[in-house]
Amino acid sequence: MNEMKLISKRFGKINPLSIDEYIKFDGYKNLKKALSMEKIEIIDEVQKSYLRGRGGAGFPTSIKMMGLAKESNKEKFIICNADEGEPGNFKDRYLMENDPHQIIEGMIIVAFATGGTKGIIYVRGEYQKSISLLKWSIDEARKFGYLGKNILGSKFSFDIEVRSGAGSYVCGEEFALIESLEGKPGRTRVKPPFPTQSGINNKPTLINNVETFSTIPTIIEIGGANFSKIGTPSSTGTKLISLSGNVKHKGVFEIPFGVSIRDVIYELGGGIENDRKIKLVQLGGACGPIIPEYMLDMIIDFDRFEEFESKTGAGAIIVIDERFDIFTILLKVVRFFQHESCGKCTPCREGHIQLGNLIEKFIERKAMMQDIVSLESLARVIHQASLCGLGQTSPTAIISSLRYFRDDYIDRIEHPKRG
Amino acid sequence: MKMVNLTINNVKVSVEENTTILKAAKKFNMNIPTLCYYEDLDIKSDCRVCVVEVEGKKGLVSSCSTPVVEGMVVNTNSPRVLNARKTIVELILSNHDTNCTTCVKNLRCELQTLARTLGIDENRFPSVFEKCEIDEGNPSIQRNPNLCIKCGRCVDVCNNVQGTSVLAILGRGHNVKVSAVFDEKLSDNFCTFCGQCASVCPVGAITEKDDTDIVWRALTDPKKHVIVQVAPAVRVSLGEEVGQKVGTIVTGKMVAAMKILGFDQVFDTDFAADLTIIEEGNELIQRVTNGGVLPMMTSCCPGWINYAETRYPDILDHISSCKSPQQMFGALAKSYYPKKTGIDPKDIFVVSVMPCTAKKYEAKREEMRVDENSPDVDAVLTTRELGKMIKQMGIDFENLDEKPFDSPFGITTGAAAIFGTTGGVMEAAIRTVYEVVNKKPLEGLDFKELRGLKGIKEAEINLGGKMVKVAVAHTLSMAKILCDQVRNGTSPYAFIEIMTCLGGCIGGGGQPYGTSNTVRQERINSTYSLDASMSLRKSHENPEVIALYKDYLKEPLGKLSHHLLHTHYHDRSSKV
Ligand SMILES: Cc1cc2nc3c(=O)[nH]c(=O)nc-3n(C[C@H](O)[C@H](O)[C@H](O)COP(=O)(O)O)c2cc1C
Ligand code: SF4
Ligand code: SF4
Ligand code: SF4
Ligand code: SF4
Ligand code: FES
Repeated sequence: MNEMKLISKRFGKINPLSIDEYIKFDGYKNLKKALSMEKIEIIDEVQKSYLRGRGGAGFPTSIKMMGLAKESNKEKFIICNADEGEPGNFKDRYLMENDPHQIIEGMIIVAFATGGTKGIIYVRGEYQKSISLLKWSIDEARKFGYLGKNILGSKFSFDIEVRSGAGSYVCGEEFALIESLEGKPGRTRVKPPFPTQSGINNKPTLINNVETFSTIPTIIEIGGANFSKIGTPSSTGTKLISLSGNVKHKGVFEIPFGVSIRDVIYELGGGIENDRKIKLVQLGGACGPIIPEYMLDMIIDFDRFEEFESKTGAGAIIVIDERFDIFTILLKVVRFFQHESCGKCTPCREGHIQLGNLIEKFIERKAMMQDIVSLESLARVIHQASLCGLGQTSPTAIISSLRYFRDDYIDRIEHPKRG
Repeated sequence: MKMVNLTINNVKVSVEENTTILKAAKKFNMNIPTLCYYEDLDIKSDCRVCVVEVEGKKGLVSSCSTPVVEGMVVNTNSPRVLNARKTIVELILSNHDTNCTTCVKNLRCELQTLARTLGIDENRFPSVFEKCEIDEGNPSIQRNPNLCIKCGRCVDVCNNVQGTSVLAILGRGHNVKVSAVFDEKLSDNFCTFCGQCASVCPVGAITEKDDTDIVWRALTDPKKHVIVQVAPAVRVSLGEEVGQKVGTIVTGKMVAAMKILGFDQVFDTDFAADLTIIEEGNELIQRVTNGGVLPMMTSCCPGWINYAETRYPDILDHISSCKSPQQMFGALAKSYYPKKTGIDPKDIFVVSVMPCTAKKYEAKREEMRVDENSPDVDAVLTTRELGKMIKQMGIDFENLDEKPFDSPFGITTGAAAIFGTTGGVMEAAIRTVYEVVNKKPLEGLDFKELRGLKGIKEAEINLGGKMVKVAVAHTLSMAKILCDQVRNGTSPYAFIEIMTCLGGCIGGGGQPYGTSNTVRQERINSTYSLDASMSLRKSHENPEVIALYKDYLKEPLGKLSHHLLHTHYHDRSSKV
């Protein structure tokens, strides 16, 4: 199995600092094409492509675009979410560091199609290199007339600004991100209204992930219909996978949807270090499910992942080999979310500390059968009743571990610590 | 209006579009429990107690924030919902100083009620509660973070209704806390002590500072002659504290109850309100005729005075020098009253019952002392505290015989009665000022344009052939608009009334819990019906007030008036 390089095609092939090299490698060609199209045609192409958001939730991108386009406000924001704070994910950084203009081009096309007037790329504070590269590239694009007033001589004007994230994971959540951009603490807002109706400064706002914007030029180039033939019926196109953990070759790989996890780990990742056995694989990132070795043949696909009561996540695969203890890993995950919770809603604010305490009982071999029930019930309540995506997805690892690694739990109860 | 059809718990219902599930269910007699939701305030959707199941949705949705959709099938009480609700309340309790029997909010706490309704008799989650310091650094409001459930109601009121931004949500995750900004004390943060935060707090985390003990002590001290004054807004709200319908007028029974509590004399702050109108009306006339500072602004609301002294120190000379009715009464109680009765002022203990927490602060001000060694008003109780004492005493309120107020501060007018509602002071002032200036009776005493819950109201009156504009604002965020005009010199008004609380004192921070706009409107209606029912409706016709001037004060704005009934304000805008 090989990679399928659509949006990573320029990785390593061009100097990311050079707009000339980008242009030579088909860059901004699709913007020119888009500017010659009707706005609705562009949205149509995106709709035909069945593109779903790459930031985790897999929401159809064309619906958001349509939503923004129909708002009549004079000012509309296009925000690129580059907060990438989820452990195990680094594909957005690769996109920013290797092909910044592709993101910019995607944003301009979306802005043109939807009437966006102002663009913001919200980049995780730790990504200093990405921030300077993006700033440099935006300046270059402006010099070449791709950004600013009357882009390429058209009546369309649009500009982009880079803003640095406030350094917390929850700021990647769209409303927390908006609040953070408004200078407030990163806490989500009540929906409705949705961002496309009332986002930053109560202006209509479209938020997409870095990878989602990066995919737009390709869709314009090959057409929505052709794009939709790649991948699976429910998940079209390609996906960047951040592969990490105990694999031989860690890194970012672009694959068409429908490839199996096993193939990613063994063919692209070269298998496990020292050819050890796999204990577990966490999909999507810290908020994703944990699966055992025997499930690795499942394919990467939005709908398949929903079976875990989770979202595909942003496409991380974290491989953990047999040397590691599942409860230590679960505790790390829970404490991460306990720390990153914004504290607004009860289940997430008060729940994680209790989840952590329950897991600790298993680590210390002090747990009883009742604790499995409590853990499961609490995890489900956090999952079902939390206000934002953080709490709604944070218990996925625990919920899936209770399904696939129940024997580990039972073992801890049946072999209590003596004394 | 478009109607939406849906099913709630197998009942087919039809409601207007954009209605939330919570309101739709309530409309059809199905109440969904809530904690962070509060009528008329922003939807916060953070407690998650109101979650319900919607067919086709994997997660649960919060009914307070989710609008109904055509064909929606809602289940408000499925096992999954009940389990989630129970778990959520258990989680809250696992980080809460759960000592209900010693809590100020015992038996009137929304969390306690909810725990009981859900049948929580044991908490599956061990307590992770850690004690924090209680803020007791002021005479009005007590903040006990150990009881806070982070619902955000107080922050919403303080920021969005009052625009005072004293309270904030600090920190994140499990360490979130609701506190004054920078985690300082309220008193260090320009708190106006309006108590609106306390009136919406579902638990005991923000309450008035309880002064019932001090009052009980005075009442049982044989050496003390304890007199009490009751503010206009209390008689239309106290009923709620003792189980009566919202808006019930309970004046006579209230006086009777206070006699039973042991007060030696029960007086009416309305008397002092009439007196205020005479002094303030004359001050206005003087400012208008002598080219004094205009617009003049009212001074009877201490929350507003705190706001002005800390945020608008540059416009203090616009504020009437008149003390508030509470303090006018206090000054007379410690000067005129002893003279008249022969009781040693040192033995007189003055209590006020107010709808207000800021009045507690006001009573402690240095300026409010005839005798510099003791305050004119010794203790201030809120409506809620009076209700508490009535219950402690075991009084069967409903069956009491009505009693009248005592003399010499017992006769009052309709003008004073309406002091308790937004627009009331202005209307009362106009009734007097008009007649004094124009030297002819005012036709039509009702100024409808000054009544009701609109944020800013205006009227025009003819004073000596000149039309002058007046304005009324309630809530500090509305006051801010008028203050900014005054500051910029663009205010088109001659006289401005400002009340801190939404609806005026009938919506005060010390009023019975559960105050919403519907409740406010009921209390307002009762207030105006009181006014309409009175034989005297203008302050300058109050015979006891006329007698007071004849006997003692001599003339409005005279020397004695200045000494007893007027005060001055301080720039408190820099933090110490
Ligand atoms: C806690 C949390 C963190 C998130 N972090 C990110 C992030 O770092 N980057 C991102 O693109 N989306 C993130 N999301 C998803 C966004 O809320 C939003 O769905 C996404 O930016 C939409 O873009 P898309 O439709 O292109 O996927 C996060 C969501 C949650 C709940
Ligand atoms: S689930 Fe609730 S507490 Fe957690 S991050 Fe979202 S809003 Fe904040
Ligand atoms: S008393 Fe008023 S000003 Fe002070 S914190 Fe409460 S709401 Fe804010
Ligand atoms: S103090 Fe009261 S109103 Fe404020 S957040 Fe805490 S519980 Fe809610
Ligand atoms: S409006 Fe009334 S209750 Fe509110 S602060 Fe002013 S005087 Fe007190
Ligand atoms: S009442 Fe709906 S979430 Fe609190």
